[in-house]
Amino acid sequence: MAKASGSAARADGARTAVRASSALDRVIHERLRLGIVSALAVNDVLSFNELKQLMQATDGNLSVHARRLEAAGYVSCTKRFTGRVPHTEFRLTAAGRRALESYVAHMETLIRATRDR
Amino acid sequence: MARPEYTPSGPGGRLRVAGEIRPGRILTDAARVYVARVTSPRSARRAALQVIEGGQRGNPAAQRVRALDNLQFIRDTMERAGSFTAISGLGMVAAGVVAVIVSLVAAGRPTIAGWVAAWITGGLVSTVVLLGAMIQKAHGVGTQLLSGPGRKLALCFTPPMLVAVLLTAALYRAGLPSALPGVWLMLYGTAVIAGGTFSVPTVPVMGGCFVVLGAVALYAPAGWGNWLLALGFGGLHLAFGAAIAWRHGG
Repeated sequence: MAKASGSAARADGARTAVRASSALDRVIHERLRLGIVSALAVNDVLSFNELKQLMQATDGNLSVHARRLEAAGYVSCTKRFTGRVPHTEFRLTAAGRRALESYVAHMETLIRATRDR
Repeated sequence: MARPEYTPSGPGGRLRVAGEIRPGRILTDAARVYVARVTSPRSARRAALQVIEGGQRGNPAAQRVRALDNLQFIRDTMERAGSFTAISGLGMVAAGVVAVIVSLVAAGRPTIAGWVAAWITGGLVSTVVLLGAMIQKAHGVGTQLLSGPGRKLALCFTPPMLVAVLLTAALYRAGLPSALPGVWLMLYGTAVIAGGTFSVPTVPVMGGCFVVLGAVALYAPAGWGNWLLALGFGGLHLAFGAAIAWRHGG
């Protein structure tokens, strides 16, 4: 009886893991985008160059992923000129912060669901 | 069970499993432990993940390792991107009060040795007060004092302070105690600027003020030394400590 209830619990855990896995936010699941959102979560504002240095990414790569996050409404981007030099700054939006919190919660759910298996 | 073998090919190397792959928790732990001996913890997690996913993609063990890896990545990124905010403004204010008291005590000392001893004792007391306040603040905000930016701050702050200790002994033995206020202020300022790179912007600005004051002390009359130390270790700590406490919470 105990064995049966144990296997039922394991099956339930696996189902939870599958559900949590399938409900993942694909926008920030990608490594570089997850890094950008995490870095902005502990800084009010980061410039393009600061993010590039921090994530060790190329201009093109960072630009593509930042645009994807901007399109999803997770980061806001401000562009201005200092003399003739363009200066791009990124901020995390409220939606972006909620998405990160939700992503961390998903990860924790996955860990709990697959513990001791 | 198959024993994973490490092949250093490419960044982070790769894991190769000799024999039949047995997916699941036992292999996960074995792979992680084995790789941890030969490479960094982060690449070990990745390599262990490759082994598991190579055996059976999407199994619960793989999902668990990947989830742990993602959380660790978020934590690492936040540590690298964040600044050290456990510098205690209130601790600085307390150190400033100690310095003002020490300056009054030191001014009354009849000998040079007594004056130096008073300031060294004051420096030690201030260090203990500041460290205690930082530990308390770090505990309050749920961070560890020596993790990420805190560790970098400590590594940058310590060398100039060790140089200050050595120079204090050398200048005192050479009969040049009048140079001590300038040296102390400038080296403390250098340490604060270097360490402050990993903290809030107010901290390196304070370091700069110490260096300027130290430069003044080097060329000022010897009689001004005690009061320039009071202005630096007392006044600057009080002013910047209050600003940090007000702007960054404690």
